Amino acid sequence: MNTPIADPEQPMAGGGRGEAARDARARPGDEAVQTKGWLGANKWLLARRASQLGILALFLVGPWFGWWIVKGNLSSSLTLGVLPLTDPFLLAQSFAAGVVPYREALIGGGIVLAFYLLLGGRLYCSWVCPVNLVTDAAAWLRRRLGLRGGRAPDARGRYWLLAFVLGAAAVTGTLAWEWVNPVSMLHRGLIFGFGLAWGIVGGVFLYDLLIATRGWCGHLCPMGAFYGLLNRAALLRVSAGRRAACNDCMDCFVVCPEPQVIRPALKAAGQEHPLILNPDCTTCGRCVDVCSKNVFRITTRFDRSES
Amino acid sequence: MSDNQTMRAGVATNPPRRLFLREMAGVAGGACLASLGVGLYVKQASALPATALRPPGALAEAEFLAACVRCGLCVRDCPYDTLKLAELGDAVATGTPYFTAHEVPCEMCEDIPCVAACPTGALDRGLDDIEDARMGLAVLIDQETCLNFLGLRCDVCYRVCPVIDRAISLELVHNPRSDRHAMLLPTVHSDHCTGCGKCERACVLPGEAAIKVLPVKLAQGSRAEHYRRGWEEKEAAGGSLIGEQVELPVRGLEGRAYGDTRVRPDAPVPASPAVPGGLDSGWRP
Ligand code: SF4
Ligand code: SF4
Ligand code: SF4
Repeated sequence: MNTPIADPEQPMAGGGRGEAARDARARPGDEAVQTKGWLGANKWLLARRASQLGILALFLVGPWFGWWIVKGNLSSSLTLGVLPLTDPFLLAQSFAAGVVPYREALIGGGIVLAFYLLLGGRLYCSWVCPVNLVTDAAAWLRRRLGLRGGRAPDARGRYWLLAFVLGAAAVTGTLAWEWVNPVSMLHRGLIFGFGLAWGIVGGVFLYDLLIATRGWCGHLCPMGAFYGLLNRAALLRVSAGRRAACNDCMDCFVVCPEPQVIRPALKAAGQEHPLILNPDCTTCGRCVDVCSKNVFRITTRFDRSES
Repeated sequence: MSDNQTMRAGVATNPPRRLFLREMAGVAGGACLASLGVGLYVKQASALPATALRPPGALAEAEFLAACVRCGLCVRDCPYDTLKLAELGDAVATGTPYFTAHEVPCEMCEDIPCVAACPTGALDRGLDDIEDARMGLAVLIDQETCLNFLGLRCDVCYRVCPVIDRAISLELVHNPRSDRHAMLLPTVHSDHCTGCGKCERACVLPGEAAIKVLPVKLAQGSRAEHYRRGWEEKEAAGGSLIGEQVELPVRGLEGRAYGDTRVRPDAPVPASPAVPGGLDSGWRP
């Protein structure tokens, strides 16, 4: 059983095993539910949804009920009238466009930057970003429907796209990407009104569902690429600490939005320690949930212990 | 040719690298196309429609689009819900704040909360007096329907103006249609109009307003700098630049002060009556 580990997204060769494998792939985590209970097998997922929806709710109770805890949106916000927070990805675009914004935006950007640099940039992707709800739903449906095929672009494409986003800002002198950015558009749309932005978000969903597995977040999104750059010294990391117990069920590979990050840690491929240090890892903890053998845990990057 | 050869050599010795190169070329090409598409779209979509006005203190459109991060903090702090963020499909750059004078005009808050809220400087804090704002410029765009131009006394746009008598005034002119009344024409003065839009909002016409606030660029011609305005030059110099002029008598106006061609009640009845409605008041020397 090593071919599927190398590339879990490819249809498995051999018709006989296919049936069972397809079933496991459509419903990963069933075994974990049996051994750990439903709550135990979904706790990080639930925590993540609570975080995503909670942050959204903080922004929404203002316009809905007049409780102004947070004003603005993820691009830039003001909490309780004192704490400014600004998206450093937007600031990077502003700088590229030749603008130095006011101090509030710079301070806000600095706070957010420091937070993600310290704890891990792609925490944004799995714990904050509203698009994650959309692409997770697409990935879930794709598994359930057993949809195959399509072609994902190279995962490095997002870094190219990031470079072009900044390039386009520099050349046009405007925040060009923000005209189409599905991420800021979805969040802003939920709070300030959508217009036709549903179309772009729907496009991301359909792209992930029909064309490329985890295509948007895992291969294209320049914002994810940006936060991936901030993920290199992430304090919070997933460890395959009990990898000795792994029974090769493949569930973690099936649910992982960035499955290429697991192998080095789980199979000691090219590294000794069981930490997932690949900056693509979003620390979503879904592998922790679906593993019936409790192989994974969320810990710090200094915890190399194995048990 | 040589490229081809190196490529083929590459295949033999290093297939993964070739694959990598091909992948990268595809990815870079795709990203190029994507950003080209975005660039074109942005270029086409960055023209502001004539009915959309930016908040007070907004930088010039190009700089504004570079600075505004589309956070909506200005929208939130506007007490009159004047501002809104453009939604995709609105013809204003997605996510940027604007208002439509005809719907909700700007109330010209003294403390300008929208500007204070902006964290990026897209709304310039250099604007500390709301009367210096230039969100747009009012234009009495339809003289055929404006009630004051029809000779009535509506005056509503004039009355509602927060900068009354400076941004907008009523100019008295002779009404040639009746030949015995005055018209009080609402006249906007660009050095004081803030473009708040209250006049457009208040215009009493049932559908479209006769006075509209347009982006300054649309509303205003550029000044003819090469044309020297004699009366200004004269005032600046404290007297005529070409000295006193000889005054020649005008036939039929003898005995009147030079330049006095006013209609008098005792003027002789003209031989052919004037066409009503024309500019010809019927006076004949
Ligand atoms: S000046 Fe006042 S009314 Fe006008 S846009 Fe700003 S906050 Fe709104
Ligand atoms: S507050 Fe400033 S940056 Fe935010 S939407 Fe308004 S103009 Fe743009
Ligand atoms: S837009 Fe109209 S109401 Fe506002 S300042 Fe100008 S003339 Fe006055």
